[in-house]
Amino acid sequence: MTTVDTHVTIDSVNHGGNMPISARRLVVVSAGLSQPSSTRLLGDRLADATRAALADLEPGAPDAEIQVVELRDHAHAIIDTMLTGFATGALADAIDAVTHADGVILVTPLFTTTYSGLFKSFVDVLDKDSLTGMPVLLGATGGTARHSLALEYSLRPLLTYLRADVATTSVFAATDDWADARDDTATGGPLPDRIRRAGRQLASLVAARAVAADAAPRDEFSATPSFEQLLGGFPG
Amino acid sequence: MQFGIFTVSDVTTDPVTGHTPDDTERVRNMLTIAKHADEAGLDVFATGEHHNPPFVASSPTTMLGYLAGVTKNITLSTATTLITTNDPVRIAEEYAMLQVISDGRMDLMMGRGNTGPVYPWFGQDIRNGIQLAIENYALVRRLWTEDVVDWKGRFRTPLQGFTSTPRPLDGVPPFVWHGSIRSPEIAEQAAYYGDGFLHNNIFWPMSHTKQMVRFYRERYEHYGHGTADQAIVGLGGQFFARKDSQKAWDEFLPYFNEAPVYGHGPSMEDFTRETPLTVGSPQQVIDRYAAFREDVGDYQRQLFLVDHAGLPLKTVLEQIDILAEDIVPVLRAEADKHRPAHVPSDPPSHAQRVAAARDAGVEGAAHVGGTEDRWTGRRAEDADTTEGTDLLEEAL
Repeated sequence: MTTVDTHVTIDSVNHGGNMPISARRLVVVSAGLSQPSSTRLLGDRLADATRAALADLEPGAPDAEIQVVELRDHAHAIIDTMLTGFATGALADAIDAVTHADGVILVTPLFTTTYSGLFKSFVDVLDKDSLTGMPVLLGATGGTARHSLALEYSLRPLLTYLRADVATTSVFAATDDWADARDDTATGGPLPDRIRRAGRQLASLVAARAVAADAAPRDEFSATPSFEQLLGGFPG
Repeated sequence: MQFGIFTVSDVTTDPVTGHTPDDTERVRNMLTIAKHADEAGLDVFATGEHHNPPFVASSPTTMLGYLAGVTKNITLSTATTLITTNDPVRIAEEYAMLQVISDGRMDLMMGRGNTGPVYPWFGQDIRNGIQLAIENYALVRRLWTEDVVDWKGRFRTPLQGFTSTPRPLDGVPPFVWHGSIRSPEIAEQAAYYGDGFLHNNIFWPMSHTKQMVRFYRERYEHYGHGTADQAIVGLGGQFFARKDSQKAWDEFLPYFNEAPVYGHGPSMEDFTRETPLTVGSPQQVIDRYAAFREDVGDYQRQLFLVDHAGLPLKTVLEQIDILAEDIVPVLRAEADKHRPAHVPSDPPSHAQRVAAARDAGVEGAAHVGGTEDRWTGRRAEDADTTEGTDLLEEAL
């Protein structure tokens, strides 16, 4: 299975006039539960592929920084957040990292036909507007390839609802994929090819934007309408 | 600076004794708590408004009107009055009535309410929450400040030639607070009118409260009501205190663990670290709350939640005594020590508002219109001269 990247070419997005000075920040959110976790492994590979593609798109720019958020570490805090309405401590930092990233890679195991409950709970505690416009790459792991379309029917609509900018290619890795005879990064194979293609797509989405770290700190109050606007046509 | 208590009026089973008060017992307990707070010398008692079990406080002005008669000094308030689902005309009427009955010993706090179904039960839609708060409050203000109102809006039947009675005491409407936890629009509204802003931060980390209050203060100054540090700010709070801090911890823990709002969630260690809940000695409560001014500036009102989660009445009354005797005097002295002279120590009292209104040339209002009935043109003393209508005379 040969894949050709027909979506975005490097030249079409890198105009060279907007070279980042600060490093891009990629955040991997992994909902894998076991240690070691094949979901985490997939997340790491997607991040590496994205960083490599970014280096091609933005030659001379510092290497992208990769931060991994293992939801397992925050499992109790995520439930506490659901019960109290606010996140604290390491989970608050993780949410901040995700929502202020240049690009986010979301990887989850598929449980009973869909993303894991822990993964969904994490998404549920995010502000519903916090991923608007965020370049996102989706990945999932599962027992067999029969579940691969869960990425398209459950994960993608979720991120579409959140108005994220989701890469066209999403990557599913079944148990067999990790032992595919052709699965060799040197010679290429179905999974590595797909990972590289996905990484290029996310890199393109990321490179088309200003570096998050260089942007002015986001002011959550700046969007508040003035009272005259709030009052609108009402008789004051 | 004012210190007081607010109730959310929850009916909750006491997890230690297993006792569940019925609605009547809970309402009467709230009255006892308010009277006790007055006798103990606290400054404010505020009641929530809810229209769904397990809460019983559906009719705040009935409760506060009674309390106005049986208390002496305490300011009666709300936390909060539902500006979204109440008819703004009824709010204007009921709180003007409460103002007259209490002789100005009251104010009120507008809030939107976050219980989804309450909106449709009262014919509204929670998605219009902000717009309802904006439009309804604008009407309430007009009803209080203008004798005869013609009005048309999005959410309520239009008014032609409507007069809200009784007219506000001395022609000066009650002081109004706006409470909001997450919506800067409400802070903006409070700032625009120069009203008070209370952030009920009891379930929130101070980092969030700090941002909301700063935004309100900046906008208060922007709208020309004074400098940012003169804006009228209130905070929520929550404590459980005993002389021996370990005893306080052990006694409160079962109530914390079963509390409807945060029970079965974070540990009490985590919750007391991340939110203003302080469980320990009076000194620990003092240390925690005295430091709040460093985050939000010198503020005017601190309200505590003391009567929830099934705590028995006796315990609640003891907490009020500890608050009034061991905590408030020190917190008040601390606040007085640090507050610059140009920053008000308290929210404006009725007397201060009347004085300010007179300075601005606003005269007191007594009664609108003549003494004759507006629709029949008759006066009360005309009755016995009108044939066939004096039923009393006919019956005799």
